[in-house]
Amino acid sequence: MKKFRKFKGIVAPLDRANVDTDAIIPKQFLKSIKRSGFGQNLFDEWRYLDYGEPGKDMSLRRLNPDFILNQPRYQGAGILVTRDNFGCGSSREHAPWALQDYGFDVIIAPGFADIFYNNCFKIGLLPIILDTSVIDRLIGDALAINGYRLEVDLDAQTVTALSGEVYRFDVDPFRRHCLLNGLDEIGLTLQHADKIRKFEANRRNDQPWLFLQQGRGGL
Amino acid sequence: MKTLYDKLWNDHIVHSESDDPNGMVILYIDRHLVHEVTSPQAFESLKLAGRKPWRTDSILAVADHNVPTTDRSKGIRDPVSRLQIETLDQNCEEFAITEFKMNDERQGIVHVIGPEQGATLPGMTVVCGDSHTSTHGAFGCLAFGIGTSEVEHVLATQCLVARKSKTMLVRVEGDLPPGITAKDIALAVIGEIGTAGGTGYAIEFAGSAIRSLSMEGRMTLCNMAIEAGARAGMVGVDEVTISYIKGRPFAPQGDLWDRAVARWRTLISDEGAIFDRMVELKATDIKPQVTWGTSPEMVASVDGYVPDPAEISDPTKRNDIEHALQYMGLKPKMPIQEISLDKIFIGSCTNSRIEDLRAAADVIKGKQIAPNIKLALVVPGSGLVKSMAEKEGLDKVFLSAGFEWREPGCSMCLAMNDDRLLPGERCASTSNRNFEGRQGPGGRTHLVSPAMAAAAAIAGHFVDIRSFSVK
Ligand code: SF4
Repeated sequence: MKKFRKFKGIVAPLDRANVDTDAIIPKQFLKSIKRSGFGQNLFDEWRYLDYGEPGKDMSLRRLNPDFILNQPRYQGAGILVTRDNFGCGSSREHAPWALQDYGFDVIIAPGFADIFYNNCFKIGLLPIILDTSVIDRLIGDALAINGYRLEVDLDAQTVTALSGEVYRFDVDPFRRHCLLNGLDEIGLTLQHADKIRKFEANRRNDQPWLFLQQGRGGL
Repeated sequence: MKTLYDKLWNDHIVHSESDDPNGMVILYIDRHLVHEVTSPQAFESLKLAGRKPWRTDSILAVADHNVPTTDRSKGIRDPVSRLQIETLDQNCEEFAITEFKMNDERQGIVHVIGPEQGATLPGMTVVCGDSHTSTHGAFGCLAFGIGTSEVEHVLATQCLVARKSKTMLVRVEGDLPPGITAKDIALAVIGEIGTAGGTGYAIEFAGSAIRSLSMEGRMTLCNMAIEAGARAGMVGVDEVTISYIKGRPFAPQGDLWDRAVARWRTLISDEGAIFDRMVELKATDIKPQVTWGTSPEMVASVDGYVPDPAEISDPTKRNDIEHALQYMGLKPKMPIQEISLDKIFIGSCTNSRIEDLRAAADVIKGKQIAPNIKLALVVPGSGLVKSMAEKEGLDKVFLSAGFEWREPGCSMCLAMNDDRLLPGERCASTSNRNFEGRQGPGGRTHLVSPAMAAAAAIAGHFVDIRSFSVK
């Protein structure tokens, strides 16, 4: 995973609450067995006027001019500011993959669905929780000011507006550490392999029924 | 005094990353359920990193999301879906993982087959790359959905790095009125706390109304915990739990059974245990529920009305409701029972178990679907549910009423296969999500219980199951 420290980018506002993972990346694109290439279908049903399917020639598709991300001023946006409960619904990591592949590095909202929030950290997409009053302000400014940008500093845990306002955010220290250093979480866990083996052996002894495997004599 | 969640959590901690009791821990995973959509990238990265699954006997794999529900003898037509299922087959073959293949009678929706096989047991941690893993919490275990990176993490280490949730007790006391099901409780709870109400929490369902539910009903309820924002839902172990498990293929037997049962009986919240939040509902207040919008919290009682956004003062909420009504093609203040339907879907990991099919069949017995219903589908949750239903003659009841009787899978719950709504079509569905486009682009979903879906199929519009005549 790449390291995440500071990020500065154009802000795109998505003024809707409860944006679900089916909206972020519709299921027909989940048939892929790859991790990349989902960005072109991010928010597919809102972004295009025609129905999208895997393998469809993207150059022939009709953009929905009313959808916010299609406005010229938000091209190249790296920060999405949105409303509460973003990413609710399914556990599909395809949702953060699509957001990252599209070009977002940071999502700011008053709240996120648990699984989505968790998934973001695994791929180096930073979800930031700020108060609704701050979000109101950021969305208002991103709508009003052309080329509105924010600067995010994960080390300092701050979001800084061009006007100089600084908003502090909370993030779990372990997750922050992993992102700052671009660490492989599986590698970290495997450093405790002996502990895992010991735990497992005790468990097998104590509650052997948890290790039964039908037809395989797992005991 | 501990909550059930505390007990389950503590029992699985391998290592704590910090001194903070609420900090990150390495949590041991007992059961890993795997399906075709969220696992291929995990297996791929695992192999790229030169790693192998830690404990293959913890894994049970099945293809469910993409499988056709019509005649399977010809295989899968869609090449992209086929490749995904073939990839799962190959990965399971390569690592000797138990998989129920598409033509195995035990194949079905992952959250139906785990409990059915006894692969879900009390006291376990159960994970799957699917948010409705919360279903398995009905057995007094800690079950939650994970993303693909975490699927890889569990494959590689048998553990997850996780942080403890807060706890919420949802207590429903009293006798459920006739016609009211676990689905109605679930939707009523979501209507009460909202789809983000459970964010950050693990929910335990308790109270006399919950105790009176069968395991099928408890699974329906825990299944929908994620729609309330809670990653995990759970119910404490009692006699109902224990007798459901007895004799299932993966369940212990003999001496081991007795030892296991003694342990399982401790899997309840202690009297007086403190929860971070309590929500109470009276069973007698719950009416049949119907969603009218594009989020499960947009729900009303069957004798109610579609809301009027003009009466909502919060601008974000008003905006959401306006959006939803426009998408759903509904007018403010319209009575729910005047909503007429095009399609009916009885299935999904929420409501495709034998009890659900029986409830629906009871309602339609000897009747015909209304002329305006273009398609009414019954998709059993597993091959075993299907054959049990056929032994009871339920397939005949459905078929003679005009329903289609299909092969098991996720089907029109998320419409990854050929079963889907056309733009503008309106469906009474026993599934769990009414999001925009969920059942097909432009499709309009109303979530209801199986009995309510069946009654709507006969009437052609929503009707109150409490006054609908069931012979
Ligand atoms: S039935 Fe629906 S909700 Fe359940 S696992 Fe399948 S797609 Fe997901």
